[in-house]
Amino acid sequence: MTSALSVDRLEVIFDRFRALKGVSLDVLSGESFGLVGESGSGKSTLLRAIAGLAPAASGSITVNGKRLGARRDKAFYREVQMVFQDPYGSLHPRQTVDRLLQEPLAIHGFADGEKRIQRALDEVGLGTGFRFRYSHQLSGGQRQRVAIARALILEPSILLLDEPTSALDASVQAEVLNLLEEIRRRRNLTFLMVSHDLAIITHMCERLMVMQNGEAVEHLTADDLVRRHVTKDYTRNLLRASEGFVRV
Amino acid sequence: MSTLLEVDDLRVTFPTRTGLIEAVRGVSFSLGRERLGIVGESGSGKSQTGRAIMGLTPTQAEVTANKLAFDGIDLLAAPPRDRRALRGKRIAMILQDPKYSLDPVMSIGRQIVETLRTHEKAGKAEARDRALAMLEAVQIRDPARVFDLHPHEVSGGMGQRAMIAMMLIAGPEMMIADEPTSALDVTVQLDVLGILDKLVSERGMGLIFISHDLRLVSSFCDRVIVMYAGKVVEQLAASELGRAQHPYTRGLLNCMPKIGADRHPLPVLDRKPEWAA
Amino acid sequence: MSAEAIQSRRDWLLSERPASRMQARLGRAYVAWRRFSANRLAFLGLLIIIALLVVAAFADVLAPYSPTIGDLKGSRLLAPSAEHWFGTDDLGRDILSRVIFGSRWTLYVVILVAVIAAPIGLLVGTVAGYAGGWIDAILMRITDIFLAFPKLILALAFVAALGPGIENAVLAIAITSWPPYARIARAETLTVRNSDYIKAVQLMGASPFRIVLRHIMPLCISSLIIRVTLDMAGIILTAAGLGFLGLGAQPPLPEWGAMIASGRRFVLDQWWVAGAPGFAILIVSLGFNLLGDGLRDALDPRSGDQ
Ligand SMILES: Nc1ncnc2c1ncn2[C@@H]1O[C@H](COP(=O)(O)OP(=O)(O)OP(=O)(O)O)[C@@H](O)[C@H]1O
Ligand SMILES: Nc1ncnc2c1ncn2[C@@H]1O[C@H](COP(=O)(O)OP(=O)(O)OP(=O)(O)O)[C@@H](O)[C@H]1O
Ligand SMILES: [Mg+2]
Ligand SMILES: [Mg+2]
Repeated sequence: MTSALSVDRLEVIFDRFRALKGVSLDVLSGESFGLVGESGSGKSTLLRAIAGLAPAASGSITVNGKRLGARRDKAFYREVQMVFQDPYGSLHPRQTVDRLLQEPLAIHGFADGEKRIQRALDEVGLGTGFRFRYSHQLSGGQRQRVAIARALILEPSILLLDEPTSALDASVQAEVLNLLEEIRRRRNLTFLMVSHDLAIITHMCERLMVMQNGEAVEHLTADDLVRRHVTKDYTRNLLRASEGFVRV
Repeated sequence: MSTLLEVDDLRVTFPTRTGLIEAVRGVSFSLGRERLGIVGESGSGKSQTGRAIMGLTPTQAEVTANKLAFDGIDLLAAPPRDRRALRGKRIAMILQDPKYSLDPVMSIGRQIVETLRTHEKAGKAEARDRALAMLEAVQIRDPARVFDLHPHEVSGGMGQRAMIAMMLIAGPEMMIADEPTSALDVTVQLDVLGILDKLVSERGMGLIFISHDLRLVSSFCDRVIVMYAGKVVEQLAASELGRAQHPYTRGLLNCMPKIGADRHPLPVLDRKPEWAA
Repeated sequence: MSAEAIQSRRDWLLSERPASRMQARLGRAYVAWRRFSANRLAFLGLLIIIALLVVAAFADVLAPYSPTIGDLKGSRLLAPSAEHWFGTDDLGRDILSRVIFGSRWTLYVVILVAVIAAPIGLLVGTVAGYAGGWIDAILMRITDIFLAFPKLILALAFVAALGPGIENAVLAIAITSWPPYARIARAETLTVRNSDYIKAVQLMGASPFRIVLRHIMPLCISSLIIRVTLDMAGIILTAAGLGFLGLGAQPPLPEWGAMIASGRRFVLDQWWVAGAPGFAILIVSLGFNLLGDGLRDALDPRSGDQ
């Protein structure tokens, strides 16, 4: 299999603070790859750097065989899209769902907008009843569906997911996870997914990387994690912590 | 165990253009110096219950209750000034959405310092030191750097912990924590819970812990209230959560992914109209 | 229209699931309108402004006499009477007619200033706020320089340089009143520019120009409209002040400020000469202020959920 996304010794520096200290990873085409790790360890920064929202100080990013420069061109955004963690913050408060979905089509000059919006809404399980609502008229789960529809409307091959369900409750989380899995299967998408919930990562991903303090701690397969074949202490701590709170 | 908060038949109603929305429909419970969990799906009225206790309900909404008393003070009858004085000093609430609740154009450190100084007389240097200590207590690496960062420059989990630090700094007697750890990784999550736990067991703080993570609630809290459509459908000891009777609670437990369980697709809730009755 | 038809139309406007772009937009406007019209004082303000518009539009019909040609022999400085409701001035002109025609000039000043100053302020503020860095620094220093001088004095300097006349007065007021708008727009931009929804548009590949124009400006516009409306009173007064100092409208133009200026000579004995235009300024300023307050409540996204 070919690699869809590969990151090589990527470094991101914010005012002398090294948020990423040379991280490498390789995501195969059609694969779902997970990122877990400490809060503040640079998971979101890694996704943002790939998307061009955070400055890369050194290292390289390759998408579908093409090495990316400092600036992303329009073609890039048709390959890679992102879903943000917070469904309440990622939709423009003054725009209807229709307008939100139209924007990417207008930017990229698609002519068959009407059909695409219809299809995108159907795909995420929102009927036409939602098309002209404002984001404040939607629940968290519905908002996240809109965000997913917006990311899919340009038909990217790689989807970056930054904790797509952490703001959602358990039942809606299950619905959104099922939706993501189904879309991935249908469109043969590549996922790079951040989550702090190991159960979600093992459910959704085949391989994963554990991060701490701007560095990769270890690379694992989901099977390793399930069978607890881990080598590093930090990963072991994570596994122990996901069993719940223990009073000391 | 002394009772800190008593809630009897709490109702919160929003008048809207399309009719009344009853966000909370008759919730009753009492809280001692313990950890009480409130779980339930999105929109079940968890946050509105917490906000009503805090007095943060939007002005257009109507709050009624047979009894809503904190430490013997009737909250609904108390004048706004007294309530404001209670808020932050004796009762604190960690709001659900840290990104929205933090001021986007003020540095994290300054926000914590200002909170401290509205409740206590503290010199500039002292306030700064205490804010830094608080940031360190919530397990933020390098507090001095984070102190000067603005909300968009910190990670999701750091913002959430900054919010927690802000609420803890005045040393409240009762804390309502609305999804305080949803953006934290599991190890930090446990650290933060450890802090809250210590405040309950050592200082006798009362804690209302709102969450949709049933696994976490069952291991952390003493008692759990399960809410659905503005009502309490089940109330039980946290350790008993695994043996819950109500189909809604069971459904919620069942739709969480588990490490090692291979279920594709995940089961989803099949809501029954009679649950809301 | 029957009560049922009205009810069904209302339901259509307030629908939670609008079926078209148009319906969604109208519904939103309707909600804002309902909130606005529930506010009595704001409604009064709106009525005053509408009255001003009507008077200005139909000045020819409404005014009983000519505003510029008076009867010097027979009717100098007459007190208010059935014939001359507001009395006459020192040149024998009917003051009511002059006040009515003066509304045109007032409106002219107000609209031109709004049309020039608000967009400049919006553009400068949003660009500075979004771009940040040295662009922000330069634009904001220029803004600061303008803000450092009192508005009237700066306007005076401009008019002195450009020469007296109503067009130059308008220009001077416009040039001096954009900086506060730029400030507001920049502050608003700063709070939204790092939000995820702006990041999301960047991720669609939108150019900075498009982001500012289509995603940031609409968020700043309502606070700007409110501020401009609240400033209208000040603009009218500044224009009147320039007129009063002889640097704005030139005689025989019936501009309210200039009218007060020429009436001040007889303010003790013939109070109506200065009093009538003064009262008109007061009413119109009040109208704009009330309107602005009402708009703030109706448009402010933070109040309520819409
Ligand atoms: N714009 C910025 N300016 C300065 N520092 C930043 C900026 N963005 C991120 N950082 C820093 O980079 C580090 C990594 O942040 P990041 O958001 O990637 O963490 P994360 O792994 O996603 O954590 P979480 O799980 O809490 O979301 C943090 O220490 C943060 O303070
Ligand atoms: N300002 C408002 N106007 C009308 N209805 C409202 C308003 N605020 C909240 N509601 C309604 O109140 C109900 C309860 O909301 P609440 O925020 O308490 O839910 P929650 O249980 O905290 O959900 P979540 O897990 O998503 O935070 C929801 O159905 C919501 O639609
Ligand atoms: Mg993150
Ligand atoms: Mg809530």
